[in-house]
Amino acid sequence: MAADREMLFQFLLRMGDNSLILGHRVSEWCGHAPVLEEDIALANTALDLIGQTQFWLGYAAEVQGDNKTADDLAFLRDVWDFRNILLVELPNGDFGQTLMRQFLFDAFQSILLPRLTKSSDSQIAAIAEKANKEVAYHVERSADTVVGLGDGTEESHARMQAALDRLWPYVGEMFASDDVDSAMVAAGIAPDPATLRAEYDALVGQVLTEATLSIPDSDFAHKGGRTGKTHTEHLGHLLTQMQWLQRAYPGATW
Amino acid sequence: MTLNSIPSIDSIWNWLDAIPDPEIPAISLTDLGIIRDVTYEGDTLIVTLTPTYSGCPATSIINLDIETALRSHGIKKLELRRQLSPAWTTDWMTQDGRAKLEKYGIAPPQPSGGPTKCPHCGSQAVEKLSQFGSTPCKSQWRCTACLEPFDYFKCI
Ligand SMILES: [Zn+2]
Repeated sequence: MAADREMLFQFLLRMGDNSLILGHRVSEWCGHAPVLEEDIALANTALDLIGQTQFWLGYAAEVQGDNKTADDLAFLRDVWDFRNILLVELPNGDFGQTLMRQFLFDAFQSILLPRLTKSSDSQIAAIAEKANKEVAYHVERSADTVVGLGDGTEESHARMQAALDRLWPYVGEMFASDDVDSAMVAAGIAPDPATLRAEYDALVGQVLTEATLSIPDSDFAHKGGRTGKTHTEHLGHLLTQMQWLQRAYPGATW
Repeated sequence: MTLNSIPSIDSIWNWLDAIPDPEIPAISLTDLGIIRDVTYEGDTLIVTLTPTYSGCPATSIINLDIETALRSHGIKKLELRRQLSPAWTTDWMTQDGRAKLEKYGIAPPQPSGGPTKCPHCGSQAVEKLSQFGSTPCKSQWRCTACLEPFDYFKCI
């Protein structure tokens, strides 16, 4: 693959793998949520994310060539080939932690996707336009839930603060730009995520204040997911579940 | 197939209009506004579709239904294309489709972002139960007059 195609491929994997891994995590709630409405909401969110994955990884496969498909990328890659941020591969924890993670991710997507609708790459612009409509109601819901639980009972408040303390160190990776991002900026394909931080902090700060939650002081950030250098131990476990069928019965179709 | 025997674009639209949405059979695919274009490229019929929601599980069923219907009308060379941009919006739902939805018990999408009235009794006293409903395109509401829950087709 030519160098610029390789960069584009990496960018698309990052977008697709974030949606795929978070979509899978959220789908783990199906049938387990505290109330029926939340169960349906989580399943629908997971469905949207998996749908977006098909677009991102579908395009990534096209860039890769060799007749590869989105399914090949989702089901036949190993841990070290995934490019999702660490935040989305963490286990769900309790309901509050799942929704806190969803909010931290949705907030980022709600800022990134409108920019991508203006991408010089028309396929990326089209996917972003579609995904952005869905992210708009995802973030509305996750923000509402974070406020409802944060500014809720003593128990729900304590759990949401614990969730934020646990997840905040995984926020920084979203903005840790590298060569791939520089190449995307140069080609007019995507913005440098580092430039989105101020807007993100403002949005997240406003919602967390309303939720009576305090953002931890430290800006320490766990990294290694979006570069593929170091994933957490959790991703491998997730993949054994997600990829089981294609690994056990290669090429199986519906 | 000779040129004379190629069905007109109008006939194709009529055939497509008879295919029900797999999840809300009260309305057709054309009512839903997801068929963006019907055209011939040479003697191949090209039908361009846009998905309602990215993860809509009905998408592959819709493709299958279109293919089955058009083949039963004698179309041999057929290609279905997916178009993401411009993204589907409920503005593309036909007036006819909106009326059919309401009759079926689903409040049609409104620019205000919520149903104007209960599809069962017509009361304006309605409240939202959840932003998500039985399918990705719907949210759950309740009428506080007749106490019936109902689906609202989300406006996107
Ligand atoms: Zn009523």
